[in-house]
Amino acid sequence: MKEEFKVISELIDEKSRVLDVGCGDGVLMEYLTKNKVVDVRGLEISKEKVKKCLSNGLAVVEGDAEYDLKQFPDLSFDYVILSQTLQAFMSPENVIKDLLRVGKKVIVTIPNFGHWKVRVDLLFKGEMPITKNLPYEWYNTPNLHMCTIQDFYNFCNNKRINIFKTISLNGQKTSKITSSNLKFKNLISELGIFLLEK
Amino acid sequence: MSNFVKMKSITIKQPLKLDCGKEISNFPLAYETYGNLNEKKDNAILIFHALTGDQFASDINPVTNKEGWWNYAVGPGKAFDTEKFFVICANVIGGCMGSYGPATIDPVTNKPIATNFPVITINDMVNAQYNLLDHFKIEKLFAVAGGSMGGMQVLQFVSNFPNKAKVALPIACTASHSAQNIAFNELGRQAIMSDINWKDGLYDGNTFNPDKGLAVARMAAHITYLSKKGLQEKFGRNLQERSDLKFSFDADFQIESYLRYQGSVFVDRFDANSYLYITRAMDYFDLTKQHGGNLSSAFKNSKTKFFVISFTSDWLYPTSENKDIVIALNALGSDVGFIEIKTDKGHDSFLLDVPDFLSTIKNYLNNTYLNINERRI
Repeated sequence: MKEEFKVISELIDEKSRVLDVGCGDGVLMEYLTKNKVVDVRGLEISKEKVKKCLSNGLAVVEGDAEYDLKQFPDLSFDYVILSQTLQAFMSPENVIKDLLRVGKKVIVTIPNFGHWKVRVDLLFKGEMPITKNLPYEWYNTPNLHMCTIQDFYNFCNNKRINIFKTISLNGQKTSKITSSNLKFKNLISELGIFLLEK
Repeated sequence: MSNFVKMKSITIKQPLKLDCGKEISNFPLAYETYGNLNEKKDNAILIFHALTGDQFASDINPVTNKEGWWNYAVGPGKAFDTEKFFVICANVIGGCMGSYGPATIDPVTNKPIATNFPVITINDMVNAQYNLLDHFKIEKLFAVAGGSMGGMQVLQFVSNFPNKAKVALPIACTASHSAQNIAFNELGRQAIMSDINWKDGLYDGNTFNPDKGLAVARMAAHITYLSKKGLQEKFGRNLQERSDLKFSFDADFQIESYLRYQGSVFVDRFDANSYLYITRAMDYFDLTKQHGGNLSSAFKNSKTKFFVISFTSDWLYPTSENKDIVIALNALGSDVGFIEIKTDKGHDSFLLDVPDFLSTIKNYLNNTYLNINERRI
C-alpha cells in the first residue's frame, strides 16, 4: 500500500490539483498532502469512509464515480487518481473516458489478474483465485471487471489513450514496464501503475 | 413576551438598503454568544437560525425556559465546541426575539409595526447580521453555519462577503426555494391570514392574536419536518389516552394530539406576522437567479472551504437540492466536502441528536481549525 502511494506521489508534480476517485478513508489524500504541496479533493461512494475523510477535514464529496464525475468540468484537475478501483465499476470504459476528460493526466492502478499466483491458482486448483489484493470469493466480490496489466495496456492502445509511464509493483519492488518486458512483468507484478493522457 | 428578559443587542445605525427598495436604519439586532473570542479573534463562528429559531442556540432559552434550538450541537465539547470556538447567533430581522421585526413597537403609534414592516429577504437578513463582525472587531470568521433557512443564509453570506469566512457549513438547505417549499409556506400564511383575529396584521399582540391560524401553520409545517417512516414509527395508529375510537373530532390519535400540542406551544413564543415575513423571505430566496442563472458565480470570488450536509429522509430540502450546491462549487474547483447522513428523522435531523451528523461536524471543525493554523492558509 505505502509503496503504491510512494509511486503515485512521485508521478505528481508539486503545486498541482489532484482528484482522488474512490479515495476510501483518505489515506492517499493525507499521504499526498503530507509529502507534497498539492491541492487534493476526493470522491467516495461509502458513507462511512466519507465520514472518516470529512472528520479529518479532507475535501471529500460523497458520490458514485459512474454518475458524479460528470459534475467536474473538463480538465479541471492536473491529475486524477484511480487507485485499485477500476475493476469495481459497471462500465470501466466510461469511467476511464470521464477521468481523461476531467484530468490533464490520469493515474490508474490495477490489481494484476495476470500475476503468476493467480494463474497457478486457476490452473492447478481450478478455483477463482483469492490473493492479498483480491481477497474476495467469486460470489461476494465487488470486482466486476478484473483485468491484467496486459489487458489494460491493450485497452489503452485500442482506445488511443497515451500511456506515459507504466510501473510494476511486486511487494516492495518497483520497476518500469515497457512494451518489450510487458509479457514478463504481467507475470510477476502484483500491481500495475499507469500514467495516462488523452 | 420577550420584553421581560434582558437581551443583548446592537443598534444598527447606518442605513441598510433592503431588496424591496426601502431603507431602514437605527434598528436593533438581538444576539447571543457562547464561548470566548480568543486574542487573535480567529475562532468565531456565526450561526444562522432557521424559520422559527432565535439567537438562543444553546443553554436554556431565557424566554421559553426550554433548551436552545441547537443545544445538541452548540456547547462545551459539542459539535460547535464552545470551549474552543466563540459562537455568535443573532435573531434575524423580521424575527420576534428582540430584533427589528413586525412585532417591534412603533414609537409614534405605540403599536406593533405589524404589516407596515417592509418585506425582507434572506439577503437583507445576512446584510444586517454582517454588522456583528464590526461590533466584535472580527476581521474574518472561522466559520458560518446553519440548517434550513440558516443554510440559505450561509450561502448568501459567502456570496455577499466572499472572504469573510474560512469555512461554510450549509446544512439541509437549498440555493433556490422550490415550488413545493413555497406551497407549504403559502399554506401556513393562509392559515394565519384566515384567522379572524389576524385583522390584516393589525392585532394588538396582547388580547386577541391569530393564535389558531398560527398554530395550524405550525402543525402543517411540522409534518414537513418529519419523515413518513419517522412518524409511523413514533406514532403509528396509536390512540391518545383512550382504548377505542370516540367517533368524534377529538384527538383520537397520538399524532393528532402531538401536532395540536406543537401548535399550541408555538403560539406562546412566536409572532404571527413574523411567520408571514420570514416565510416570504425564504420563498423569495433564489441565489441562482440572483446570479443570472448560474449558481457557481455566487461563489466565484470566494476561497471559503465548504462542507455541505444533507439527510436521507429530508424530503423538504432533499439531497438533490443540496447536491446542486456541491455541483456548483465543484464547477469552480472550490474546496468542498459533502455527505448525506443516513437517518429517519427527516428535515428536523439537523436539530436532533443524530450522532453521525454531530460527530462529523465536530471533528471537521476541530481538524480544519488546526490545519488552517498549522499551514497558515
